[in-house]
Amino acid sequence: MKWLIVAKNTFRETIRDRVLYNLILFFLLITASALFLGDLTGGNEARTTVNIGLSATLIFGVLIAIFVGVGLVSKEIEKRTIYVILAKRVTRAEFLLGKYLGLCTVLLLNTGLMGIGVSVVVFTVGDLMRAISIWGAVFLIYMELCIITAVALVFSTFSSPILSTIFSFSVFVIGHFSSALKDIAQSIGSTSAKVFFTSLYYLLPNFSLFSITTQAAHGNLPTVSYLISVTTYAIFYILILISLAIIIFQNRDFR
Amino acid sequence: MKLAVEIENLTKDYKIGFWHKHTVRALDNLNLKVEAGQIFGLLGPNGAGKTTTIKLLVGLIKPTAGNARILGRDIKDIETHQKIGYCPENPYFYDYLTAYELMLYFAELFGLTKDAKKRAEKMLNLVGLHESDWHKPLRSFSKGMLQRVGLAQSLINEPEVVFLDEPMSGLDPIGRREIRELIARLPKRGITVFMSTHILSDIEVLCDSVAILNRGKLAAVGKLDELLFTKETNELEVILRGVTVEALSNEMKSLRVLEKPSGLQIRIKEYELVELISVIKKLGGSVVSVQPVKMSLEDFFVKETAKQEAK
Ligand SMILES: Nc1ncnc2c1ncn2[C@@H]1O[C@H](COP(=O)(O)OP(=O)(O)OP(=O)(O)O)[C@@H](O)[C@H]1O
Ligand SMILES: [Mg+2]
Repeated sequence: MKWLIVAKNTFRETIRDRVLYNLILFFLLITASALFLGDLTGGNEARTTVNIGLSATLIFGVLIAIFVGVGLVSKEIEKRTIYVILAKRVTRAEFLLGKYLGLCTVLLLNTGLMGIGVSVVVFTVGDLMRAISIWGAVFLIYMELCIITAVALVFSTFSSPILSTIFSFSVFVIGHFSSALKDIAQSIGSTSAKVFFTSLYYLLPNFSLFSITTQAAHGNLPTVSYLISVTTYAIFYILILISLAIIIFQNRDFR
Repeated sequence: MKLAVEIENLTKDYKIGFWHKHTVRALDNLNLKVEAGQIFGLLGPNGAGKTTTIKLLVGLIKPTAGNARILGRDIKDIETHQKIGYCPENPYFYDYLTAYELMLYFAELFGLTKDAKKRAEKMLNLVGLHESDWHKPLRSFSKGMLQRVGLAQSLINEPEVVFLDEPMSGLDPIGRREIRELIARLPKRGITVFMSTHILSDIEVLCDSVAILNRGKLAAVGKLDELLFTKETNELEVILRGVTVEALSNEMKSLRVLEKPSGLQIRIKEYELVELISVIKKLGGSVVSVQPVKMSLEDFFVKETAKQEAK
């Protein structure tokens, strides 16, 4: 249960991080401003609020996942705090797993709070139905954040913090345009390019599966079977990423 | 004789350059045995490979070749870590924790749950960190305080072997003496100390055995007393009274004589002793003391590294 102790400490580390509070503050400002924007579009307040609120939840969640996620390991290496940890009776796998799960716990709390924020705003606008139905979307946003965190973790085990941040953001953006990759692969002439884009399509996470914001804005809940299949996809993806991170991490020298 | 550390043909190459094309041999075929219960000093100039050796032993880097065992267990076995402690050179710890929280966290990592608090307090007291500093964030700590925390955390699991990389660096003279005294007491608690330093005076007062590394190679190893009384000095220091410098110089040519408050101090080769005593008898003087000349560690260090470099 060594990973649990590392996770506990990572949780404490993250909630003492100022970056987190700055991002949450921004989120609150944007969500509150949705109230005013909602007025402008007249009649569709609830829909606009859900759209803006959930988008903000995703964006700020991703910012936290990437900035904090990249820092999880690279800060320990940079400040050499990892030396004493790895000399203790804790395996590198336990350490990495603990770090990951610690941040996922913080993200759960965060996403939950942001979800409540959006719910409250939507309810204020007077739409109880939508205030409840956003939770399917919030759940999938959380799943997406867990994948992004794992991506950030993989990069940070072998590359510099700046590169890891850039790579992770690229994966996030491209992952959302996953279907475009398939279209490109089909329309393109040369076979090598076809192979490249097709493998990219299968390799990168398909985040469009996780964005049902528009659906939620219309007050529709996803089906249970949809939620289960997407969650299964997320878990498999995370397991592969974490295994990859552990393999890279185990073969590293801390010099 | 129980062995705390056994090192066999340990070699480490660092890959450098953008494509990791070049390699630097930081440690070259090191063989070393350290007996349990002593304070062992790893000496060497900058870049000799001291830190590399310690990092290999605690598992932070992987050997290019060779192997090592701590307390009879392979260093690759994670269980080895239950019984070792490590304090890196210039230790640094989490900004967001206090010294006390750090100690609790590390105690828990060793599976101590009920005893964690007691153990943390015991070790912080042991290294002389003031109680008023226990609950301050580590980011506000001075170098000397960090060094103490470093030492405290390395002892949190009551290890059998502790690896200290330059434990006295960054400390003022008083702090240095305190830490030195603390390290000197560790063997009584059943802890073998494996420390690196290039501060020779610390080694001279602390260590039972030493190894001298130079450019990744072992230059000398052995008990400190034995190394310093090497056959090559073979000199004696004689103090005598009741004789004048002139009279002595007349009898024995090319003597190096120094006038000291205690009498005349003379350095001679061992085989000259019989002659000297008969001369003193003739002149009616008396011998106060005869002592073998101990080579200073510094002389020895310079000599051995030069010898090794010539190879
Ligand atoms: N991260 C690294 N990358 C490349 N080479 C390294 C690295 N760390 C050390 N070296 C090289 O390995 C050799 C041994 O270094 P090491 O740090 O073990 O020496 P040291 O005896 O601890 O020196 P010091 O007294 O300065 O601490 C040196 O030649 C050094 O240049
Ligand atoms: Mg060093």
